[in-house]
Amino acid sequence: MIRFEDVSVTYDGAAAPTVTGVDFEVPEGELVLLVGPSGVGKSTVLGAVSGLVPHFTGGTLRGRVTVAGRDTRTHKPRELADVVGTVGQDPLSHFVTDTVEEELAYGMESLGLAPDVMRRRVEETLDLLGLAGLRDRPIATLSGGQQQRVAIGSVLTPHPRVLVLDEPTSALDPAAAEEVLAVLQRLVHDLGTTVLMAEHRLERVVQYADQVALLPAPGAAPVLGTPAEVMAVSPVFPPVVGLGRLADWSPLPLTVRDARRRAGAGLRDRLSTLAPDGPSAVGAAPSTPLPPLPEPAAPPSRRTGFLRRRRALPETAAPAPGAPAALAVSLTVRRGHVEALRDVDLTVAPGETVALMGRNGAGKSTLLGTLVGLVQPTAGTVRVGGAVPHRTAPRDLVRRVGLVPQEPRDLLYADTVAAECAAADEDAGAAPGTCRALVTGLLPGVDDDTHPRDLSEGQRLALALAVVLTARPPLLLLDEPTRGLDYAAKSRLVTVLRTLAAEGHAIVLATHDVELAAELAHRVVILADGEVVADGPTAEVVVASPSFAPQVTKVLAPQKWLTVAQVRRALEGNR
Amino acid sequence: MAPRRTVHPGAWWLWALGLATAASRTTNPLLLGLLLAVVGYVVATHRTDAPWARSYAAFVRLALAVLLIRLFFAVFLGSPIPGTHTLLTLPEVPLPAWAQGVRLGGRVTAEGLVFALYDGLKLATLLICVGAANALANPARLLKSLPGALYEAGVAVVVAMTFAPHLVADVRRLRAARRLRGRPDRGLRGLAQVALPVLEGALERSVALAAAMDARGYGRTAEVTPAVRRTTAALTLGGLLGVCAGTYGVLTAEGGTYGLPVLLAGLAAALAGLWLGGRRSPRTRYRPDAWGVRAWLVSGSGVAVAGLTVAYAAHDPAALHPGVVPLTAPAFPLWPAAAILLGLLPAFTVPAPPPPGSRPAHDAPNPRPRPRPRKEPA
Repeated sequence: MIRFEDVSVTYDGAAAPTVTGVDFEVPEGELVLLVGPSGVGKSTVLGAVSGLVPHFTGGTLRGRVTVAGRDTRTHKPRELADVVGTVGQDPLSHFVTDTVEEELAYGMESLGLAPDVMRRRVEETLDLLGLAGLRDRPIATLSGGQQQRVAIGSVLTPHPRVLVLDEPTSALDPAAAEEVLAVLQRLVHDLGTTVLMAEHRLERVVQYADQVALLPAPGAAPVLGTPAEVMAVSPVFPPVVGLGRLADWSPLPLTVRDARRRAGAGLRDRLSTLAPDGPSAVGAAPSTPLPPLPEPAAPPSRRTGFLRRRRALPETAAPAPGAPAALAVSLTVRRGHVEALRDVDLTVAPGETVALMGRNGAGKSTLLGTLVGLVQPTAGTVRVGGAVPHRTAPRDLVRRVGLVPQEPRDLLYADTVAAECAAADEDAGAAPGTCRALVTGLLPGVDDDTHPRDLSEGQRLALALAVVLTARPPLLLLDEPTRGLDYAAKSRLVTVLRTLAAEGHAIVLATHDVELAAELAHRVVILADGEVVADGPTAEVVVASPSFAPQVTKVLAPQKWLTVAQVRRALEGNR
Repeated sequence: MAPRRTVHPGAWWLWALGLATAASRTTNPLLLGLLLAVVGYVVATHRTDAPWARSYAAFVRLALAVLLIRLFFAVFLGSPIPGTHTLLTLPEVPLPAWAQGVRLGGRVTAEGLVFALYDGLKLATLLICVGAANALANPARLLKSLPGALYEAGVAVVVAMTFAPHLVADVRRLRAARRLRGRPDRGLRGLAQVALPVLEGALERSVALAAAMDARGYGRTAEVTPAVRRTTAALTLGGLLGVCAGTYGVLTAEGGTYGLPVLLAGLAAALAGLWLGGRRSPRTRYRPDAWGVRAWLVSGSGVAVAGLTVAYAAHDPAALHPGVVPLTAPAFPLWPAAAILLGLLPAFTVPAPPPPGSRPAHDAPNPRPRPRPRKEPA
């Protein structure tokens, strides 16, 4: 259906080709997953299918890409629109019209389908994707999961034979992601649609794939094979595969179900006498020694410097020992008719890491916004290090609380990393060089002159984190930090955040990433419709929840293991 | 399912423009107030909770600002209305001779103020009528009723129109981010510093949207024979030339005989060119808005209001323009008032949209009920 013949793509001005030696075929009716670390050219390969690379992006494509027999060399994207449906990373930049129903019809209108056909297909698609109740809604008012479903629906209505998706579930909560994946599976199984998709969250998708194409490194030729074969050699893999590699299972399990069957006799017995350690152990700071840090986020001298500065600035005095880093009491936020938060109580102790979870639109970002004073509470009280956030001047507030927003780029204004750091030092009133030292710790090998836009998603996050940390806020908030991060970037982030927590920073992260929460959080708070529905130690909360449990927990239930690293440490300690 | 899009958006625009025409014919504050009440009532009962419907509030604010600015000018720059009732005298700034005719400060008369108030009220009413049209009918849908050959230009305009709200959202987001950096988030300087990132983001989004539109078949053309293509070009070009020549003829004194026919012929040729050009676009329309009985009623009521007011203005201009010199209480002319009340017709003939809270509950395919509070003691 899709055939790549020795394809390489070189963008204008680039020294080396972004991808080379792409030579494989996606048969009709298969779901092929494109995996690999960030920046290996997954989006480029996807763009080549719809013809956007190189017709739209520029650059040179060598070799040949054919889709349903049409050569993308001679067919422009618009002439492939009836065979290829493409959904990019950000569904919002995909929408042309402003209501759901018109959006579903737009592609068919462009292709000139007959009105009665359009009407029928819109109704079918509304049902297929569960959008019937939203048909008249303006798209801007939908949640992230709903928007993603509308975006997929809008390319489905012309009945394309090929569907190309770039990270369709990264921004979604676990339940919404499963809705989208269920739809994709139905399309593949019932309608014979060919799907090529790239996704970082392998734990969600790898089980649905018929084949996996791995791009191991930038410019390296892809490896194609069955999911189990490719996962055995892949630098990126989901936790269930990690567990399989740890336990030397062959073939590797891809689903929780496979792994449970394997784990039944051997692994679970071996683990039954051991106890999990790690961040989930109850207590403010992790009691276990942290793994040695290759890149210390803050050398000891920084800490004393920080204390000295604190003394110099009495108004930002540290809260009394034992006082919570953040406190919210019966907090309510109303926006128009909607209560975004209702009667929320939350206490975060210094050194504690709390994961806020819940579906898209549950109020996680609003809660973080209240803690940094971006959102004014309608009722109830908020205190951050003793101050009322929305009444504190921004300059003062940055020394109490820092937020890394969902889009880290929002925080970055300057043209170069160096300028960004200088500005951050000035904003925070820190000694010159403070931010640059943090950047070096978090992001070794980044040039001063690099433009923040040219950084990868993970590097940008690290830069934004450094900018926020320059003011050394005792409370650090992160909104959806792992969106678009590959496993390597994610594990670097985990290391950094653990170090910060061990230094006494309180951390609150709003995330859909259950694996991240399992790795990091001491406590999990689940929000639903603006209310706290669960609040407790990570192991207890996630084990009880089918959608928020990480894979390792599901495999080893009823034992309370959360991560592969935990299991590895326990086994090694036992040996 | 509730009947949707019951009225053609064009009908709402005609209605609103009719009311605006009526407003432009009078400075009687009582009639203008009645017009505002009619518009406000229909908007209050018939607007949806869609984002474009919220623009009504913005238009009302703009109208108020216009009114205040008009009064401000009347106070500080003086007014040409000769008045005898001096309310207060501001110190007058002496201006050089070349600025003759301009006055800064000086006497503020009641007559001048009342005149400015009437005039400002008229402008404000016009603005609010346009705002009502925006709130009641999605302007994007109106553009979609364009002929086929202009469709793509229409989509471009629609996309451009969604650009502005995105820009506002971006500014808000980046100002919040400034606060996170510990910089003041208010003031002109704060706005200026986010301008560049906002424009950058907007540009990137536009490029992404263009890619998405291209991949979804925007701009596909159908095969047409060269003959048709040449005829289209000839008709359109010739028609436009004809329109130019005809307009010149109509406007100049000596072209009285040939002006109008040439203009009409040019117009006809241009329209034929457009129609023929539409054949190059293979597009079809999904559920085009039907112009039904209700659309006739809505647009008819607007046209009636406009027509009756204009007719009455010719018949009895004094009633519609109450005098300010000497100051008199404005009279309340019954017939124009009755005509304006015709504008309420849509409020009774068009069913109101469902209130925002009453949507069907199946927003998500698998409704997850809100967890109830636990009953057992913790």
